[in-house]
Amino acid sequence: MLKVILSRLLQTIVVVFLLLTFTFFAVRQIPGNPFATEKATSPEEQAALEAYYGLDKPLFIQYVNYLGNIAQGDFGDSLAMKGRKVSTLISEAFPVSLKLGLISLCLGMGIGIPLGIIAALYHNRWQDYSAMIIAMAGICIVAFVLGPLFQLLIARPLSLLNVAGWNRGSDLLLPSITLCFGVAAYLARLTRGGMLDVLSQDYIRTARAKGVPTLQIITRHALRPALMPAVTFLGPAFASIITGSFVVENIFLVPGMGQHFVLGITSKDYNLVLGLVLFYGILMGIANLLSDIALIFMDPKLRS
Amino acid sequence: MTSTAKNSSAPSPDPLLIEKGSSLWADAFLRLKKNKLAILGGIIVILILILSFIVAPILSMTGLDANEQDLGNRFAPIGEGKGGLGTDQLGRDLLMRVLEGGQISLLVAILATFMTVTIGVIYGGIAGYVGGRVGNLMMRVVDGLLAMPFLIIVILFREIISGHVDDLAKILIDDYGWNDNTVLRFANLIPLTIAIAGFGWLSMGRIVRSSAASLAKQEFVEAARSLGLSHRRILFRHILPNMLGPVIIYATLTIPSFILYEATLSFIGLGIEPPNSSWGKLIQEGANFLETNLIVLAIPAVMFSLTLFAFNFLGDGLRDALDPRASKD
Amino acid sequence: MLRNTISLTLASLALISCETRSDVEIANEENILIIGNSNEPKGLDPHLVSGVLESKIIRALFEGLCVDDPMKNSSSLPGAATHWESSDDFTEWTFHLNPEAKWSDGVPVTAHDFAFSYRRLLSPDPNWPAKYAEMLYFLDNGEAYHRNQFGKILCKNDPTFPLEWDILKEANFTGDQKLNLGNLAKKTFAELEESDLKKLQPYLKEGETLNLAKLSAENVDFKSLSDPEKRIYFNSIGIDKLSKDQLTYLKSQPDLIAWTEGVPAEIRQLVLDRIIAHHEAGKPNLWEQAQVGVNAADDFTLKLKLRGPIPFLTEITKHYTWYPVPKHIVLKHGEINTAFSSPWTRPGNLVSNGPFKLKTWRTNHLIEVEKNPHYWDHDTVSLSGIRYLPIQNYYTETRMFGDDQLHVTYSVPSELIPMAQEKYPEQFRQEDYVGVRFLRVNIKNTPFDNPKVRRAFALAIDQEAICNKILQGGQKPASGIVPPFGDYVPPGLIYFDPEKAKALLAESGYESTSSFPEIDLLTSNTDSGLREAESLQAMWQKHLGIKVRIVQREWTTYLQKQYDKDYDICVGGWIGDYLDPTTFLEMWVTDGGNNNTNWGSDEFETLLKKAENTADVPTRMGILSQAERIILEDTPVLPIYWYTTNYLIRSEVKNWNPLLLNNQPYKFVKIEKP
Repeated sequence: MLKVILSRLLQTIVVVFLLLTFTFFAVRQIPGNPFATEKATSPEEQAALEAYYGLDKPLFIQYVNYLGNIAQGDFGDSLAMKGRKVSTLISEAFPVSLKLGLISLCLGMGIGIPLGIIAALYHNRWQDYSAMIIAMAGICIVAFVLGPLFQLLIARPLSLLNVAGWNRGSDLLLPSITLCFGVAAYLARLTRGGMLDVLSQDYIRTARAKGVPTLQIITRHALRPALMPAVTFLGPAFASIITGSFVVENIFLVPGMGQHFVLGITSKDYNLVLGLVLFYGILMGIANLLSDIALIFMDPKLRS
Repeated sequence: MTSTAKNSSAPSPDPLLIEKGSSLWADAFLRLKKNKLAILGGIIVILILILSFIVAPILSMTGLDANEQDLGNRFAPIGEGKGGLGTDQLGRDLLMRVLEGGQISLLVAILATFMTVTIGVIYGGIAGYVGGRVGNLMMRVVDGLLAMPFLIIVILFREIISGHVDDLAKILIDDYGWNDNTVLRFANLIPLTIAIAGFGWLSMGRIVRSSAASLAKQEFVEAARSLGLSHRRILFRHILPNMLGPVIIYATLTIPSFILYEATLSFIGLGIEPPNSSWGKLIQEGANFLETNLIVLAIPAVMFSLTLFAFNFLGDGLRDALDPRASKD
Repeated sequence: MLRNTISLTLASLALISCETRSDVEIANEENILIIGNSNEPKGLDPHLVSGVLESKIIRALFEGLCVDDPMKNSSSLPGAATHWESSDDFTEWTFHLNPEAKWSDGVPVTAHDFAFSYRRLLSPDPNWPAKYAEMLYFLDNGEAYHRNQFGKILCKNDPTFPLEWDILKEANFTGDQKLNLGNLAKKTFAELEESDLKKLQPYLKEGETLNLAKLSAENVDFKSLSDPEKRIYFNSIGIDKLSKDQLTYLKSQPDLIAWTEGVPAEIRQLVLDRIIAHHEAGKPNLWEQAQVGVNAADDFTLKLKLRGPIPFLTEITKHYTWYPVPKHIVLKHGEINTAFSSPWTRPGNLVSNGPFKLKTWRTNHLIEVEKNPHYWDHDTVSLSGIRYLPIQNYYTETRMFGDDQLHVTYSVPSELIPMAQEKYPEQFRQEDYVGVRFLRVNIKNTPFDNPKVRRAFALAIDQEAICNKILQGGQKPASGIVPPFGDYVPPGLIYFDPEKAKALLAESGYESTSSFPEIDLLTSNTDSGLREAESLQAMWQKHLGIKVRIVQREWTTYLQKQYDKDYDICVGGWIGDYLDPTTFLEMWVTDGGNNNTNWGSDEFETLLKKAENTADVPTRMGILSQAERIILEDTPVLPIYWYTTNYLIRSEVKNWNPLLLNNQPYKFVKIEKP
């Protein structure tokens, strides 16, 4: 087991390195100029800025320098938000996204998995249909419609809730609900699919024929294998949900990481993008590893 | 090995059907019919496809233009306007905009899904079946690419491909005399489609890999192996068909989620090129009128949601029907 | 697992507080104003920022010599200066500083801080990325110092020097920053690469080419180069970068420098002598020699000498580039011109002289300023703080206003204006704003090299429809570039006339619209820009029969494409920095940093120069109007409309009045508790 974990960790490091390399060269191919502002930047100013940030050197040298800095734990300065360190920006925004993401993920699991189970148990009956319609409703309405709808229909009438912002505890609620639907819908579908698969297996049929109560069949025998596809999905979903969502942050004024991803790329803030990618890549590696480990625990056949 | 024989490796099918000697597909169709929501979904999908790809071109030939503005006639209510669904913020006919927007959204999503399934199934299937070090490595590459921000890929593809697509479009218009409006409209969505698929296949690959890995350890595969069948045969005749369920589930989730991707890109301002529309863009623009002119949002949003529901439920039904191990109660 | 999930969710919901008062109610009690501020500021160093939203925060933190009158435009109240006087010709000004004025750490604000600040903003170092240094070109010699035109500096201020300033003014031999191509300066000919050559191209005279292969094959010895090549070398790299050997060689060959026509040989020699002497003296700092027109006569007397008569100087001093920065703090955290690596503007470090001081700065979250107890006029300041929220989504902002989360919004999106007018008739404000929306035209690209085509495109824009039907924010059709304000009489040459547009197009020589080249309309990926672009596309199609293609790019790419002049038509706009027409006209000089159209006109520039030296206001305005006429007749810019501001403000906020630049002096703003 430990061996498996260690070897996957090693692989994760290799993958993150490749990812960083690919991103480094890819992001430079995107047209645009990180130093362009509303007021013109003169060629000599451009040259001075490039020299200051080391962008005047050959790309490969920059790459080597960047890796050297990363090895020393230096993510560099943001090019767009000048004077601010990439590490500061990430460490400010990540706790916000983490909090929001974890709550959405929990909400998503709390909604999605039970709905999926219900739908599978009452396959092709009205319970199935209504459970799936509920599960799906959240992703069939886009977040940038759902968010404003929540603002108008829930936040405005309720004095307890603010329309947007990130100051009160209650400010978590609407963005996390908006964010959780995507997870819930996927989980419901995957759980339902997995559950249907398991319920048609011989051992479940046998158990049913023997008269074991349904609830017991589900909790004791069916749930664990039925959740496998959902667990596979949860790995990357976890990593991506705790690194923020541009749409939700933009609508609800949440100071999270999603905006940095989008603005970093659109404003060609190379250092910020690379820092984020590195951070996200490591998170993703960990999340996938956890989901792999969970799968091994859940499926005895994979343990070999 | 026939399909009925394959069923025997799974839980025994309805004996009545076997007596009739029905094929897997006829069998599946019978099961699909039981799922009322799936049938409804299927009908809606067909209707929407007809609307977008048959009705819309016919209407446009009769002179309805999705991009013709009439600033004197903005926000005409339902019942007015050339198409009868009213007009939008620039006085353009809403009916045509929604139909042509659907064309773009569906084309992007369907084409991208097709690419996604092809690449994802082959890649994930091989990775899952081969397993071991190679399989692992293949999956780590997927993990790594999944961590690339989606936007980088989209912007890159747009810059790299759109130039070539423009050249191609020019050749089609100048040398072959194709209609320039149509060519440009569709040329426009190619970079977007490729960008979406270039990212989308990764998740597909992951899902397929995990199914394939677990199938590869099932008894019937071991049996096939002990019979001395070739790897290719096992992979393509035993494992891949048995993965149809998860693949279809995921593909039907993929079509609507690609429509959503396109919409999100529109929100950021990287969607389809104006003045053409897609559902995503119509909804994004419409959302700005949430308080003031709900109808501009409602019409595309309803079409969009209906399509998403329909695809999802159809996919669900297909999955239940096609998966030979599905329950039949 | 499920159980854990549910309990975690419940626990987090239980943490939610039960505050029922709205944000505004709480803020009212704390006497804090909450303002929507559109985005995260790029920085808070008054010398390094260039945006409107940064200025809103900076104006709360810092204070210039004069302060805006909250009641009327073009009127100034005492700020850091208690009173001021000018010479009759408006070229020399004396500002008497308030001895009570203090920085927020208690240190007095002195004339030396101002002198230091102006020197800082004008720093000629290429590593100093000040965006708005030209705001100080109003100071005598400000431009020469900032652009490191040391040839001029070395000679101009010497009364014994037998040369008229104007002759030397145009000479391009001086190591002028504009001609200094950054890294190129460090290279010898042999080291030049293909890409460098491209940068040099604009400086080549007609018929001159640099043969890179030949140059790199040769040894570095530039004496062997043929004359035109050497001239290019000096022109593009600048004399100050040459070695002593090379200078001595140059002295024997003064003709290698591209002199202005008519500079006599002995004067060339004299100028060169001075430059060489300057080199030999080890290139001492030029600040003293430049004699930029700023002088701290004593701690509280600031004397300014201007490049010409500027009757509206007090208007200009209200721009944030003219604000002082704390000398003692800036130098504590870096050199005078340490730019981004200096942490002096970070919370905890930032010291300011305005009515407020920085309290909190959280990225993408909020910036809060609190009352500055050391402010000289702190009795007038009513608010105990201001909170700036970086709300990028204006729809969210309007909804937040409706939910009592904000006192003042940054804007109201045009879609919501009719609703806001109806729902908040008391709170909705629509005010004139000195800014213009226009289209830049790249006049080097066909068909826009033809002025008739440009004019046809301008006249085919139904400005009225864009203002009333699409924007609905009270914007006015722009008949010219400069919006109407004060004594300026605009020439008014642009209007919607589809018939005339068609006629012009017919005259332009293009047989049919199908023979028209492909035209791209560049726009950024914002909603409003897109809607305008779509309607323009339809208008040109309808009135001229010409189809343009909309090219939408993300913000920085959109900007870069303009600077690279890689566009045909481009949506753009300009907001006045101060209340004078020159803020809208000076950008169109040849190769001006924000011109980007390839347009230029000697006549236009002569008129601007003439206005620079005219003190009489009506005469000056007449000259400027003539200058605008020239640019409108040639139409490298197609005006669309003049801006307005639309925003929501709660009725308890008092002393917030319509101002043309919308620069509210926050010190007077009050929250009146209901």
